[in-house]
Amino acid sequence: MSLPSPHEVEEAQREEVLTSGRPYEVLRALRGSLRELVRDKAGLFGVLVVLALVFVAIFAPWLAPHDPSRQSLSDRLVPPFWESGGSFTHVLGTDNLGRDVLSRIIYGARVSLLVGLSVVLLAGVVGTTLGLISGYRGGRVDAWIMGAVDTQVAFPGLLLALVILSVVSPSATSIIIVLALNGWMVYARMARGVVLSVKEMPYVEAAEIVGCRPRRVVARHILPNLASPLLTLAILEFARIVLAEAALSFLGLGIQPPQVSWGLMVAEGRAYIFRAWWLVTFPGAAIAITVLGINLLASWLRVAADPQEREKRFAATARTGSVA
Amino acid sequence: MPSLKLSERSPERDRRGAEPLLIVRGLTVRFPVGRAGFWGNRRLFVHAVDDVSFEIFRGETLGLVGETGSGKTTTGRAILRRVPIAAGTITFKGNDITHVDGDNLRHLRRDMQLVFQDPYASLNPRMKVLDLVGEPLVVHGVVRRIREARDRVRELLELVGLPADAVDRYPHAFSGGQRQRIGIARALALEPDFIVCDEPVSALDVSIRAQVVNLLQNLQDRLGLTYLFIAHDLSVVRHISHRIAVMYAGKVVEIADRDEIYENPKHPYTQALLSAVPIPDPALQRTRRRQILRGEIPNPVDPPPGCRFHTRCPIAEDRCRTDPPPLEPKRPEHLAACWLT
Amino acid sequence: MSGEVTPAWKHLLEVEHLEVRFFTRRGEAQAVRDVSFTIDRGETLGLVGESGSGKSVTSLAVLGLIQLPGKITGGDVRWKGRSLLGQGGERYARSIRGKELAVVFQDPMTSLNPLFPIGTQIGEVLRYHMGMSKSQARTRTLELLDLVGISNPAQRIHQYPHEFSGGMRQRMLIAMALACEPELLIADEPTTALDVTIQAQILELLAELQERLEVAVLLISHDLGVVAQVCHRIAVMYAGKIVESGPAEEVFPRPGHPYTMGLMRSTPRLDLIQARLVGIDGAPPDLVRPPAGCPFHPRCPLAVEECLEEMPPLEAHGGGREVACWRAFTEAVGAEPGAGSTRG
Repeated sequence: MSLPSPHEVEEAQREEVLTSGRPYEVLRALRGSLRELVRDKAGLFGVLVVLALVFVAIFAPWLAPHDPSRQSLSDRLVPPFWESGGSFTHVLGTDNLGRDVLSRIIYGARVSLLVGLSVVLLAGVVGTTLGLISGYRGGRVDAWIMGAVDTQVAFPGLLLALVILSVVSPSATSIIIVLALNGWMVYARMARGVVLSVKEMPYVEAAEIVGCRPRRVVARHILPNLASPLLTLAILEFARIVLAEAALSFLGLGIQPPQVSWGLMVAEGRAYIFRAWWLVTFPGAAIAITVLGINLLASWLRVAADPQEREKRFAATARTGSVA
Repeated sequence: MPSLKLSERSPERDRRGAEPLLIVRGLTVRFPVGRAGFWGNRRLFVHAVDDVSFEIFRGETLGLVGETGSGKTTTGRAILRRVPIAAGTITFKGNDITHVDGDNLRHLRRDMQLVFQDPYASLNPRMKVLDLVGEPLVVHGVVRRIREARDRVRELLELVGLPADAVDRYPHAFSGGQRQRIGIARALALEPDFIVCDEPVSALDVSIRAQVVNLLQNLQDRLGLTYLFIAHDLSVVRHISHRIAVMYAGKVVEIADRDEIYENPKHPYTQALLSAVPIPDPALQRTRRRQILRGEIPNPVDPPPGCRFHTRCPIAEDRCRTDPPPLEPKRPEHLAACWLT
Repeated sequence: MSGEVTPAWKHLLEVEHLEVRFFTRRGEAQAVRDVSFTIDRGETLGLVGESGSGKSVTSLAVLGLIQLPGKITGGDVRWKGRSLLGQGGERYARSIRGKELAVVFQDPMTSLNPLFPIGTQIGEVLRYHMGMSKSQARTRTLELLDLVGISNPAQRIHQYPHEFSGGMRQRMLIAMALACEPELLIADEPTTALDVTIQAQILELLAELQERLEVAVLLISHDLGVVAQVCHRIAVMYAGKIVESGPAEEVFPRPGHPYTMGLMRSTPRLDLIQARLVGIDGAPPDLVRPPAGCPFHPRCPLAVEECLEEMPPLEAHGGGREVACWRAFTEAVGAEPGAGSTRG
């Protein structure tokens, strides 16, 4: 075979690393995909939104101009700075208790991130593990676990939330548990699906014939195939959780004051929707942009991590020769 | 046809020890496929392998040839204890391994290995060659970490004709023939006595097949390996086999020394199989007497009574439709299952 | 081009300097490079090659089935004198596909729709292309099934594809292909997925049908034995080019190109005693960066300096034979590669 060019070698190495599944190496390889990312405007938007979310959530105390729970009865319902009566003291205005809207939105990002990550981690770990066991063992174990999945899927999520939260007092912790209970099934089904298809691959059989114990077969040969679909699923679920938390907090079943949540802000601002539109609009926009951005990120990631998809994209946009 | 005995292979006959390395007796493998009857009380099975017996001596290659539904692949998997055995026994190195499992089975894996048919799907694409070929060594405790296996893996790669720098590369960097060599290196890692080669060249280009078959042959001569070489037609097994067994619909229909099968096939199916291989010579191909079989391979869930081949056999008689013929010697060291030869 | 009176055509199918490229992120792969051949009424041509030779891509190009990332970047494909490429060509191609030009692909399992009985599927072809009524289509379908050797056709037309074996399904595909009495049948590895005894049946059927119906056949295969049975002429492809072509009865006993010789030697023959299996050293070239000069030179036992520098053209060697080699018809002496070689 003729020698490949340095560019080809680099490309090939990147491909290898991306499929190897080792986390820090994957990140390094993704850096190479940066060039493609800039070209993909939608994906770029998604990445920026998520990065902004994380940044804001981490640095909230330094970014927020005011204490989000500080009330000021003299500054109630101040409009955003571009309206008459507004000022730069409260850039996005204040609510009915004089609390700064911008600061509350910044701190609200924290809650969204915290709840989102916690639920994804909890539901993801539990669901994936169950799905792995179910798929690999098969037989009765599989039947039982999938039965549990089917049962829980059939159960209306909101009802479950209501039931649990009427017993346990609502808080960040309880909302995390409720959402995780509602969300593990999708991971289990996905993991099981991947295991079932990968299990039949000759290289898995080869590992078994070589003498690998089941644990090694699952960890080394089956699990890496899970990384990519799992990542995409986790990101999409994250978006869904942000929305779900907002909904539950809106209903009063989630985050309780003095903690801040975007959903809670919308709930509190509902009564003033015609007098002070900014109370509902800004948190609502925050929710919408966050969810949109996360979805776009997931979409881009799906293509970036899959060599075949990138190939298809390339071919569609490539400058091809003349004739026919 | 010149009756030149290929001298390269005959000394092996004397090399055979008294005790066969592998003895298969009455092997029967069935897979449940569902139920029949209104109440679902009748269980249906695919009769993949039915009462199959043969032996393989140390240092020799038994070619196992058959088409779809013959049971050849299942036989190989049964010997490797990958599928449950409904009846019969398998004896390896004097030990009955028919029902071995758990740690004993894992231990057995050191002596028996498999070379796969598909060089593209049988190597984990996320593992480097070092990991792929070295994994058996780690799993069985020969080395503790994969990097200790580096030297041994290099040795193995050299043995199969691959460059030493292949250790750090991924499978997709290699061609089909090279990947198959990697698979062979992996099979050799634990120095097994016996290797099942499951159609190892079917997925390769014609011009590459010879490389791999010759490699397997050389390795056999150098390392004293014993092979069960599974194939779907009689052209591929010819050079590497000492003896050949032909299977049809789950049964062995003929088994004999290699040259005997090609010069003196006794079973009508074997004759048809020989006749079916196309010859790259237009003049000859169009004029030679071909025995084209009519009909299709029987349904494995409900095989025909009597001789399973009778539905397609050009010389079938009444007896063939009712009594299954036993596998018996027609000439010295040459067994066939047919009433009429 | 439309509106012009088409001049009397010389060949049924004409492929001229065809070039097909695949655009991948690694680079441009030249799958087919400057391929030309013709097929006339009643002729059979076998296109032989291994993986990467470009034989399947050629047939897809003829059928107009090349899709991104592949693209036809040069040359022409003409049916009865009219081009099949370009805007007008594509329309023309659609009208003749299935009717005058038919295809049988490799995998009978996926070529048939599992949801419809086969009678319906064959009937659909007849009704769409020939405008037959339901009952006319039924009669013709029964005729066709009988033609391809399926017993009990009246019963069979109501059955679904999964109820048949591989060999029978392939027969049905052949029946579908022949339904509209095509003038050219393209068979792309029609027997590769079948058992060898079934393959023998199908090849016999193809040879018979070819003679009886006088249909031209373009048979694509990697198996020289398969081609020997059905084809009058063969063309051997390597790395996207035709390296040798000529009447089968001449090329087989006396191949001119070293690759053809190597391929013949690699094909095991049951009628001859071969001391040892012989292959070809090395592996097929990378189509993105093919070797300079003759693409076969890295593996060729006869390679000389000229072969590394310049690509040999297809030259006529009399009797309808063409070979693209600077050292055509030179016998390779003692060319027996060892199995322990590091390449391939």
